[in-house]
Amino acid sequence: MIEIGLGHYLTLAAIIFTIGIIGIFLNRKNVIIILMSIELILLAVNINLVSFSIYLQNLVGQVFTMFILTVAAAEAAVGLAIIVIYYKNKGSINVEQISSLKG
Amino acid sequence: MLAHSLFFYFFSSIAVFGAIMVTVSRNTVYSVFFLILVFISISILFIMIGAEFLGMIMLIVYVGAVAVLFLFVVMMLNITEQITKRSSRKGLINNISLGSIIGVIIFLELLVVIGGWKYKGTFVPLSNINLNQYVSNTHALGNILYTEYIHLFQISGMILLVSMIGAITLTFSKRENVKRQSYFTQIQREKDSAVSLVDVESGKGVKIDD
Repeated sequence: MIEIGLGHYLTLAAIIFTIGIIGIFLNRKNVIIILMSIELILLAVNINLVSFSIYLQNLVGQVFTMFILTVAAAEAAVGLAIIVIYYKNKGSINVEQISSLKG
Repeated sequence: MLAHSLFFYFFSSIAVFGAIMVTVSRNTVYSVFFLILVFISISILFIMIGAEFLGMIMLIVYVGAVAVLFLFVVMMLNITEQITKRSSRKGLINNISLGSIIGVIIFLELLVVIGGWKYKGTFVPLSNINLNQYVSNTHALGNILYTEYIHLFQISGMILLVSMIGAITLTFSKRENVKRQSYFTQIQREKDSAVSLVDVESGKGVKIDD
């Protein structure tokens, strides 16, 4: 309990991952919170990679974490741009009403 | 070791609390702030276990860029009233039950994976890029990022470029009733079209057509 090992970090990552997943289901009204939940999920993956990298004394995990960080930033930028343009066109970002692509 | 565990429990509990508040909070602005709290505490954990470069990058990229982007969008769109206006109870309860079932299943799966790691076989390192005690984390990362992973590094730069162009083209809108510079017509002007000599009779002005 006192000795902090790999398992503690993995458990923390699992908890944050699960909170992110539940957040996607919980906030069906608000796209922005869904995007934030995706960020939380990516953060949990980053915690996993970094803790394994430290535990195994191998730097590749941290390099991969940097790439995940890059992709997360790009995804947030494009997703928020899509939200902004959708709000300009429709006047709301309620997820349940976004069904234009259904045809 | 005691300090390490105290720090770990402190910051991880802050992170979990912040993550819960991100999803639960009614006001979107508050959830952005709680997201910032989560990122800060996780980056402190990263710095504590020795990945200091990633912790700092996390602060710069997430707190400095992504969270501020979220904040700007939330403040621009003015969505808080819309969300509270039409929030049906029934759908919310459906969502909560489905989400918690799936969340619990995934959490149990992750716990099984973590528990299985305890009984792993002997680990054979796949690569000989090891952490060196005498080289700082940033130095070591730079050593392999710019040599062995240079192509991936440049591809990630391309991803950023593409996303930047995509975001700009998505949100760019041409407004009416705005005077713009037209570079081609400005550069193509010549003396004949721009300047004309007029003989002005005394006592009369010059009529300038505009």
